[in-house]
Amino acid sequence: MTPPMSDFLDLLGLPFMQRAMIAAVFTGLAAPAVGTYLVQRRQALMGDGIGHVAVTGVALGLLTHTSPTWTAVLVAVAGAILIEIIRERGHTNGDVALALLFYGGLAGGVLLTGLANDSGARLQTYLFGSIVSIAISDVIVTMVLAAVVVLICIGLAPQLFAVAQDQEFAQVAGLNIRLYNLMVAVLAAVSVTVAMRTVGLLLVSALMVVPVATAQQVTRSFRTTLGAAMVLGTVASLGGLLISAYTSTAFDARVTPGPTIVLLALAGFALAWPVGIWLRSQRRLQTPFPVVPAVPHEVADEHAHEHGSDCGHVAVPHGDHVDYVHDGHRHAVHGKHYDEH
Amino acid sequence: MSATPPVIELRDGAVAIAGRPIVRHVDLAVSSGEFVALMGANGSGKSTLVRALTGLRPLATGSLRLFDTPLDSFHDWQRIGFVPQRGGAASGVPASVWEVVASGRLTRRRLLRPLGRADRAAIDDALEVVGLADRAKVGVSTLSGGQQQRVLIARALAGEPELFFLDEPTAGVDLPNQQALADALGTLSDRGATVVLVAHELGPMAPLIDRAVVMRDGRVAYDGPPLTSEQVATAHLDLHTHDHGHHHRDHEQHHHDHAPHVSSLLDGDR
Ligand SMILES: Nc1ncnc2c1ncn2[C@@H]1O[C@H](COP(=O)(O)OP(=O)(O)OP(=O)(O)O)[C@@H](O)[C@H]1O
Ligand SMILES: [Mg+2]
Repeated sequence: MTPPMSDFLDLLGLPFMQRAMIAAVFTGLAAPAVGTYLVQRRQALMGDGIGHVAVTGVALGLLTHTSPTWTAVLVAVAGAILIEIIRERGHTNGDVALALLFYGGLAGGVLLTGLANDSGARLQTYLFGSIVSIAISDVIVTMVLAAVVVLICIGLAPQLFAVAQDQEFAQVAGLNIRLYNLMVAVLAAVSVTVAMRTVGLLLVSALMVVPVATAQQVTRSFRTTLGAAMVLGTVASLGGLLISAYTSTAFDARVTPGPTIVLLALAGFALAWPVGIWLRSQRRLQTPFPVVPAVPHEVADEHAHEHGSDCGHVAVPHGDHVDYVHDGHRHAVHGKHYDEH
Repeated sequence: MSATPPVIELRDGAVAIAGRPIVRHVDLAVSSGEFVALMGANGSGKSTLVRALTGLRPLATGSLRLFDTPLDSFHDWQRIGFVPQRGGAASGVPASVWEVVASGRLTRRRLLRPLGRADRAAIDDALEVVGLADRAKVGVSTLSGGQQQRVLIARALAGEPELFFLDEPTAGVDLPNQQALADALGTLSDRGATVVLVAHELGPMAPLIDRAVVMRDGRVAYDGPPLTSEQVATAHLDLHTHDHGHHHRDHEQHHHDHAPHVSSLLDGDR
């Protein structure tokens, strides 16, 4: 087993792999940061819509022999603004607006690629990601754009949170709603194009949404959700890259990083889901019972069982004592018997 | 009283939704420190009027001044607090009670500045008032409907506004907590805050009310001393509005013989 391991370590030292790791970390931080706001606004599929629009942008770049990254950024931003405007005007509901751009973007991209003849294979690298072929200039663009996205998402968190939470309240609080809505749309478009090289346009939304879905299984506040999603996104992104690199060298198989990253993120969700269910039920069980006066004194039916700290019944704080949850009743110690509370 | 200009001054205000006139011919002046109850049947336009007064809905005609400033050039939003009707406090991502209430401080926070000591104190006070201090860390989506309503009230309280719009804040809130809210509003009112409260049942708020305005089909049907909920249902029949003296009943009856005429109380102006 030693040769593959040392091969793997050698691989990590190679410049293309180091570029890929940097890109993975920055993408893993930025995509879930925007994704948190999208999920909060119940627009989890927005990333997908923009991703499909960006396909046209990439194809345009390939056709005109300009940088596909920048044409993708431009077209994705335009698409995101269009989605936001259609949503705001309310003529069509948001879902339909997204669907229209989904189809238009993908069809436009494939059509343009056909016109460009030889670029089909290159389009493929944008659709499913090709993080290991990323050039140094692309790494720098990725770093800068991702840093901007993360700084805005954290710095303006109170404002973005309020607008997504309750738009009307935010407006009466004097916030420029339209500006913040457009900002989220543009941030989403930028992070889609940032993540395009890592996981590819068709899987981009997974990196924006899955870490958030995983985080919120166990969190109760927005801030921890945002932070945990960014950590999970980075772990999935870097972890997926390393796993694919290792399996590629060890087993001489062709394991592409993009899908590996997404599957790793989904595996995280699969683990967190049952934990979340368990945690939520524990919290619900152990929330203190409210202290309400004037309940008539009622002695529990005779029972031989003696409640204690580890008697197996859930002990819930209730004012100055604890109630033991027993067969759907609440038993509180009162002298030598138990009261029904 | 007449020395200071009104806090709210709406002249001949009309609001149209999708081209259909909803609120028409509303003149409303609320002076500083007044506690006004806005009442009327479902669909009579109370929420629409409040949304126009907060700038959420544009006026089709008429002019609105807040704190003696035309709405278009009004920027002192920290002076205004708003509790929307039946908002629900949950969204797609977990948010704690504390975080939602903290967003009420946004009016007073500058961009990119962390919460200061005064901000935290105001948030804690607001939570205390609505009786949710011990639930601050809990996710809002796990609270009951009435508790979520209290979170929204706390959010508005946290901004320490001078002018309060509350759209049915106590719908679904139990009596002890209505009393707690009434006490809080009473304190604010004593400190000089102006309150516009939309309510069907005044409950514990009743002693605080200085003036009742009753809406009926988008128009002000009564504007005067406080009424009970029973009186509200028939308020339009008396029509002793202070500044709508021309809508007298005998005046209408006089026109009833002329078949094509539509009662002025019901027709829109265009
Ligand atoms: N978004 C909307 N689109 C179309 N019509 C609306 C809209 N909002 C309100 N309306 C109409 O405006 C009228 C007044 O509604 P409004 O919500 O102001 O009533 P309200 O007095 O607040 O009633 P409630 O006591 O039920 O809260 C109603 O006839 C309603 O149908
Ligand atoms: Mg209403």
